[in-house]
Amino acid sequence: MSEVNHWRRVVLWWLLASAVMTPIVVFVLGPGLPPGNGTVESSGQVVDNTVLLAVSTPVALAVIVYFVYAIVAFREPKPETVVDGPPIRGHAQIQMWWLIVTTGIVLFLAGYGTVRLLADGSGGGQGPNPIAAPAGASHALQVQVIAQQWKFTYRWPGYGGVETPTLELPTNETVQFNVTSLDVIHSFWAYQLGVKADANPGINNIAYVTTKGPLTFNVRCAELCGVWHGYMFDTGRVVPKSEWARWIVRQRILYAPATKLLAPYAKQYFPMPTRRGG
Amino acid sequence: MTSIALPAEHQPVWRRLLGFNLLTGIILAIVGGLIGYWIGGLIHAPSLDYYSSEAGQNDISVLLGYLFGVFGFLIGLGFANYPIRRMLGHPPSLAEHESEGEGLGRYFRLCTDHKVVALQYLVGIGVFFFIAGVNAMLIRTELLQPNVHVFGANQYLTLVGMHGAMMMGIMTSGILGPFANWAVPLMIGTRRMAYPRIESFTFWLLMAAGVVLITTIFFGGFQTGWTGYQPLGDQGTAGYDAYIGFFALVGVSMCLLGFNLLATIITMRAPGMTWTRLPIFVWSVFATSILMMLAAPMLIAALLMGAFDRTVQTAFYVASNGGSSYLFQNLFWVFGHPEVYVVALPGFGIVLELFPVFARKPLWGYRLAVAGLLGVTLLSFFVWQHHLFVSGINADLRPFYMLSTEIISLPTGFIFICAMGTLWRGRIRFTVPMLFCLAWAFNFLWGGISGVFLSDVPSDVTTHGSFFVMAHFHYTIMGGLVFTFFAAIYYWGPKMTGYKFNETLAKVHFWSMFIAFNATFAPLFALGFLGMPRRVVTYPSNLQGLNDWVSVSAFVLGISMLVFLYNVVWSQLIRRERAEANPWHSKSAEFQLPTPVPVYDFERIPVFDDDPYPYGVEPTGEPALAGGGA
Repeated sequence: MSEVNHWRRVVLWWLLASAVMTPIVVFVLGPGLPPGNGTVESSGQVVDNTVLLAVSTPVALAVIVYFVYAIVAFREPKPETVVDGPPIRGHAQIQMWWLIVTTGIVLFLAGYGTVRLLADGSGGGQGPNPIAAPAGASHALQVQVIAQQWKFTYRWPGYGGVETPTLELPTNETVQFNVTSLDVIHSFWAYQLGVKADANPGINNIAYVTTKGPLTFNVRCAELCGVWHGYMFDTGRVVPKSEWARWIVRQRILYAPATKLLAPYAKQYFPMPTRRGG
Repeated sequence: MTSIALPAEHQPVWRRLLGFNLLTGIILAIVGGLIGYWIGGLIHAPSLDYYSSEAGQNDISVLLGYLFGVFGFLIGLGFANYPIRRMLGHPPSLAEHESEGEGLGRYFRLCTDHKVVALQYLVGIGVFFFIAGVNAMLIRTELLQPNVHVFGANQYLTLVGMHGAMMMGIMTSGILGPFANWAVPLMIGTRRMAYPRIESFTFWLLMAAGVVLITTIFFGGFQTGWTGYQPLGDQGTAGYDAYIGFFALVGVSMCLLGFNLLATIITMRAPGMTWTRLPIFVWSVFATSILMMLAAPMLIAALLMGAFDRTVQTAFYVASNGGSSYLFQNLFWVFGHPEVYVVALPGFGIVLELFPVFARKPLWGYRLAVAGLLGVTLLSFFVWQHHLFVSGINADLRPFYMLSTEIISLPTGFIFICAMGTLWRGRIRFTVPMLFCLAWAFNFLWGGISGVFLSDVPSDVTTHGSFFVMAHFHYTIMGGLVFTFFAAIYYWGPKMTGYKFNETLAKVHFWSMFIAFNATFAPLFALGFLGMPRRVVTYPSNLQGLNDWVSVSAFVLGISMLVFLYNVVWSQLIRRERAEANPWHSKSAEFQLPTPVPVYDFERIPVFDDDPYPYGVEPTGEPALAGGGA
């Protein structure tokens, strides 16, 4: 059997497999990819994940089809004898084309990821000086996420500095999370919002999200933060604007006695580490 | 050089136990540990008792106890003898306990024979691999139910931390320790390593480190996972001191292991063994050694600073006092990302070394493969902040780290194309080592593809810190390192021990491990996508079905390891069958030597005059080196 024949077969099998699998992956798996379409940022991540999956599928299939073909076609027909194969030591053109193609894919992925990231920050924590923000960032609703062992609380500088134990957000609003920690490193992960930002003591880590419709979302700590890390979760809601306005007023009244005792609002806090937890 | 009048076997048992050996080492370790603990108690004055823990633990005592205990252990094993003898004016000795006559005793002391150290490594690492594996079983037992039901949260996190630290600390040397120490001198045609005492030192230090880590359970465990992030570690009980002691010792061991292998490969090659004739496995060891030598000191530094924070109240990582929690993350991952390539590169080397043997073809694209190994080595120092994409550090550098991380898939791609090219029109023989190497290709492919999602910042926002990451690195590390580790055991093991493995059991082991491995870790991608963070003892009840599937698969994976263990006990200890000198018809230099390999390896130093893969060039069956000579 000639070399050309093997080549043609591998390529045909690969084309066939890619033609079948790529649409399946993109159109069947794609819509179910995390973190859902709850917010502008999370929808962006779904698109991003779909693109990555669409690019990865033919690449993975190329390797798998090749290996399966090689295992079937190049197996030793008579294992009881030891016969050497042809001494092929390389092929300059194949190596060059492999380098060109893989470089192309890699540069495309990195470029695409960068463009997507710089568009709106993609819901990730960006530190105190964000480099990418969604359109409405300049008048975003400010929420401070304060992580401590083992609870997230939320402070509202625009609403008298009240600190609430739960998180509710208005619909169709750009929100700026200012994530900080009182003790160790935590990570604020609001799954359905598509937001993840580490909470570091003494650091203001900013992440943006633009809400869409009403939504219930889970908040979990995504960075190991001590014994009860597994229990550091709660549930938040995105509610219509009028409902949210009533909610925040209620919270201000409810927690007014506590608000008076709180430290003044700051970008970050430096509590003394006088006690060991753990 | 020890010259014993009477051969060791003829001495009574009690006499053979006296001297510098493991028993003395353990006794002196306990004595040293107690002395260190006592001294630490003296240092720990009340004024320093600033926020000593409620448990009444004294970190200075614990750390000094470990330090002195390790000193005692090493002195007991005989590591102080040579420097002291040299200081007293004795002549230098080149070898210790290398003669055949010393029998099994060689394995329980400082021995400078690289083949003995390799077997010591294999067994010692195997023990810790087994312990860490049991930890994994216990973790999966706890995760059978969404809520705490077997272990408490603290025990669970300690299990997670011990599993991770042991696998990442000790299995890091899993291929370089046993197989590089054994095969590199034989492949490059030297009778010894450049620093034979250091070679032995790295092994015993690693074992001491493993024991130090296990002692964490007496001090309340540690809650930080293998990454040991600060300032969480600063809060921890003295169990975290065990973590510091463990990883710092591992760091020293790794650094010296890499240094020794580098020196050996650079300076000890036989005549004719030019750089372009080095077997690709030796190249991968070379690349890995560079990483080990340069990355490990970062870890030691980061941990020392942590130890100072805990003992003498410095504030490297304490934000309130001017420190930074980012500092630890940065230092740790400057070590930690090269570290994961330390784990991956030897696997690449083994796959590329074994494919030519079992496809009966020369390695395809030798220079490209070398470029791949060295490219990964270089790039791996420039990607570490992809672990910190959402941490808020250097947000404007994220596009750079995204690019550098994705570029590292280019040299990794070289390895794949070379492996694929080697199979092209080969005559593939499906031996057990070959099966493990083919499984590597499958596993590492998924590891690589999932890595694309983690390197892309928008996608990483969801997957970071989730089970997706866990699936990813188990596919690369377990699928990459552990599968090639077993390939190496089945390939070189009979040559190292002199006895065959039972092939049926080996095949049962392979298939059960391969299937159970994929059944265990593939669903973790889904769990991560569904929002399950790492290292949690609880999870939403709707994820229980997937988690139970994973747990059961993990138990099957554990059973497949028991099959291997049974095979080892049966075919290496009970029903021993002599292995042939060259069961694989390999043309590699080490297989041209008799089995078992003689103490002095070669009668004469060989001279190499060809590349290491002369398949299809010379008549089959005629060895590249006749009788170990030139």
